[in-house]
Amino acid sequence: MARNVNFDPNHHYMEAGLESPMDEEGVHNSFHELIEEQTQNGGLSEALELQQLQRDFDEEGRDSVAFLSSPGRERWRGRQGQREDISEDDEDQLDPLIAERWSSATLRILSSMPSRTIGRSRGAIISQYYNRTMQLRRRRQSRPSIRDFSRSARPSIRGYGVETDGMEADNVEVSKRDHLVNNLQNLSVSDRVRMLRAMPLSVAEKSDLRRLALQKERRSFSHSQIPCCSRLKYYIIIAVRQSWYSWLSFLHSLQLWQVALKTVSGRFGTGVLSYFLFLKTLLFFNLFLFLVTGAFLVLPQAVHPPPPPPQGQVNFSGLELLTGGGCFSHSVMYHGYYSNFTLHKSCTDDDRLHNLSASNGTGAGCASKHLSYNMPLAYFFTIGMAFFITCIILVYSMSKSFGQSFRIDKSHSILAMKVFCSWDFKVIKKTSVKLMSDNICTQIKELLAEVNHKHDKKTVSQRLWRLVVHSLAWSICIGSTIACVVAIYYFSDYMHEDLRSRASSPTKYTLLSEARLLALPVVVSLINLLLPGLFNAAAWMEEYDSPSVRTYVAISRNLMLKVSVLGILSYHWLGRVAVEPQNLGLQCWENFVGQELYRFLLMDFIFTGLDTLFGEFLWRLFSEKVLRRSRRPVFDIARNVLELIYGQTLAWLGVLFTPLLPAIQILKLLLLFYIKKGSLMMNCQAPRKPYRASQMTTIFITLLCFPSFLGASVAVTYTMWSITPSSSCGPFRGLKTMFQAGKSWVAQLGKDNPNLSLLAWVHSYLVENPLFLFLAAGIFLIVIYFHTQVVDGQRKIITLLQEQIQNEGEDKKFLITRLQSIHEQKRTSNRRLTSQDTAC
Amino acid sequence: MGTTASQLGKDLLSEYQVRTSNAHKRFTELLSKEDKALPNPRIPMQSILTLPELKSNPFRKRICHVFSTSDMKDGSLTFEDFLDLLSAFSDSATLEIKSHYAFRIFDFDDDGTLDVGDLEKLVNCLTGETDDTRLTPDEMRQLINNVSSILEESDIDKDGTVNLSEFQHVISRSPDFVR
Repeated sequence: MARNVNFDPNHHYMEAGLESPMDEEGVHNSFHELIEEQTQNGGLSEALELQQLQRDFDEEGRDSVAFLSSPGRERWRGRQGQREDISEDDEDQLDPLIAERWSSATLRILSSMPSRTIGRSRGAIISQYYNRTMQLRRRRQSRPSIRDFSRSARPSIRGYGVETDGMEADNVEVSKRDHLVNNLQNLSVSDRVRMLRAMPLSVAEKSDLRRLALQKERRSFSHSQIPCCSRLKYYIIIAVRQSWYSWLSFLHSLQLWQVALKTVSGRFGTGVLSYFLFLKTLLFFNLFLFLVTGAFLVLPQAVHPPPPPPQGQVNFSGLELLTGGGCFSHSVMYHGYYSNFTLHKSCTDDDRLHNLSASNGTGAGCASKHLSYNMPLAYFFTIGMAFFITCIILVYSMSKSFGQSFRIDKSHSILAMKVFCSWDFKVIKKTSVKLMSDNICTQIKELLAEVNHKHDKKTVSQRLWRLVVHSLAWSICIGSTIACVVAIYYFSDYMHEDLRSRASSPTKYTLLSEARLLALPVVVSLINLLLPGLFNAAAWMEEYDSPSVRTYVAISRNLMLKVSVLGILSYHWLGRVAVEPQNLGLQCWENFVGQELYRFLLMDFIFTGLDTLFGEFLWRLFSEKVLRRSRRPVFDIARNVLELIYGQTLAWLGVLFTPLLPAIQILKLLLLFYIKKGSLMMNCQAPRKPYRASQMTTIFITLLCFPSFLGASVAVTYTMWSITPSSSCGPFRGLKTMFQAGKSWVAQLGKDNPNLSLLAWVHSYLVENPLFLFLAAGIFLIVIYFHTQVVDGQRKIITLLQEQIQNEGEDKKFLITRLQSIHEQKRTSNRRLTSQDTAC
Repeated sequence: MGTTASQLGKDLLSEYQVRTSNAHKRFTELLSKEDKALPNPRIPMQSILTLPELKSNPFRKRICHVFSTSDMKDGSLTFEDFLDLLSAFSDSATLEIKSHYAFRIFDFDDDGTLDVGDLEKLVNCLTGETDDTRLTPDEMRQLINNVSSILEESDIDKDGTVNLSEFQHVISRSPDFVR
């Protein structure tokens, strides 16, 4: 079909003795050079063309009838004989630049254009990166020092940048490479590493460049007379850098679950992988929390245990693991165990007993004071610091992930993105590859239909029907959520009353009474398990504009359920139990709340594990044996991630009351990983719906930060600020609020040391005065407004630049057509000459 | 290019060295016995295509051609080429490198731009070999040439082809560019 339009540049190049652009070592910086070259070689090419004349003539003749089949080309059919008409050029410009009527020389020029060679020729890449390093140096304003110049470079008058001599025609590429190395050497280490990493050259090239850049550095250092201390500094820096790199590589090789994650992504793709990566992130958060609380709270208290409780020891029975009560109650696991005085090392037993009734502050009667450890203060500040650092890490990762998925310009290039970006090169298994191809085909067809039918107006009745269906589904979901929340409220009320009645009438401690405490967690976990299924069923009857909208709606419904459940539970604990603990006969309400959270966490884990193991397994058996379909259950990513977030919220709520809760959460996540992975491998198939992994990851991190972490920290802050701690246990006993521990310490500090009274004054004005908070919030809002204005301005600039590029494209087409017409004229005149010659 | 793994600079990250030695192991596994004695052995394309990562990949032949530096354009790879291939597909390659190589892989006729023919072949590779998953010529035309289509969305200078900068522009806007 297009046989005569020979796009193979090699063919002509071999003929003309020039190299093909793929092997090109030369650097073409401007079109001007190209044309110069062509005209220089004009004599040669003309001579050759006289030889090829017959073939070209045949080609040209056939050109006019050979067209690539496409509807836009119909116009060309009627215009064969008018090639030399200049007014034609105006209309030519409207058509794209793949007209088949170009001669071989024009095609040669077209295929060696800088925009087309940049992807292939090494010289072009080096030139491009030379420009980039130049810009980077200018931006960093690194003035090159005189001694670093190579002989051929001339320093500029301004002192910025390096102006070089005119390029020698035959050694263009070598000198460009030298300049690139020079630039690299003058960049800072991190910039250089980043530039080198980003260069799409072969590995050998890059190592050469690296070696040259460092060689010059070493050479320049040894040339000049550096004082010896600076050389020593240089060696120290090198040694530190080497050890840092070896530490990084060690860390890299230690990466947790690398093989497992690779298998999962190989079979199921990046969507499912993002769930497991999220699990890993949560694991690291909990590890951090555990290390902090362990080092500052658990360890000191474990080394100095308080005296045993008057009730005596309770024997270990298996139920403790589930309820968290029993013999665990008086252990380092719970808030009530912690002492409220300053711990001292090398105190004898007598002194410790002596200290029992002392309030916080300096403990009397102990010889050594320098190893004292103020436990209440430590507790308060550790929890505060842990939350603060977690907040910073969360906000940082959220903003980073948001920055990756947010784009300034609003244009939707959905089709192009789908075609260019959807192939997952990580998928290896043949069936998965086939599945991915099927998915992509379906998605492309769906997108095409969507794009083309966007303009179809739906009739009023259709829209009304859709509205009715949507509102029905939403009312089902909201209704069931409210029903469950009310149920939990009344059930917790019932349990509360039950506990109260049993507290007032003294009954013996039996296993059954402890097991009754498990009722509320079981009910809540059941609700968390069953209600999302109901939501899925309701969503099944709805139709949405696009699959992503469907996912978002599902996530928001699940989120609504979990937030309301957690809200009602927090009210129950902080609003009912904490306020009047004596009614329940509790010595220590913090211990009770801590145990409740432990039970909830554990029940959640047990139910998730059972659901995964049996639910998916049984569903697969059911669908294979009974329904006789080969469709396995799909791994519902959104639902699983929301369950992880729910568990993490419980853990954050519970850190204040149960400092060892992060450890339990770590164990739970580890086990969950293996359970989920095992079940996935055995029972599930990859999700059929398109999954935009990084946008989802952003959403999940945002959900982790906003409802989850924010809610937990609000609850903890409220507890610390307003609720009275219990009077007979815990590090804050006797104080009005937990916050007072910090306040009184600062006041004490001010009293003891008049120099630090400034700190006390600052503390009282900043932390307790709301005006400061309003001011800070106001400043933040102004900064955010400023940034949105900047983004708007950048959007406008992007539109302008796009128009400019379009205009440049027009110019390019114009020039090519002109070149073609000039070439035509030359050729026709040559042909006339030859025909005249042959005629004579 | 005569450098081997042992001659690459000492101040490279040791992680890089670990990766290189792994790659060397896999490379030598694919060599035939007589080739092992050669100083700079070259594996033919057929052997490369038996690697598990490439076996089912519809772009496997293009990948071999892109990374091959042989003069005969037969897709055979030396050890450096193999190392380039593995590092371009590894997790530590930057977005720039991956988009650069993706462009070259998608450029089926190696002319430096993605024109209509390249895009057609690309879509056919993506959607699979079987007839029921292929797009009809009508849909193909709609996808590539129409008013709201790939070319319309990504060709900024309106020359009818997608060159490297335009390709990288589309890629940078899509956070889901998977490797």
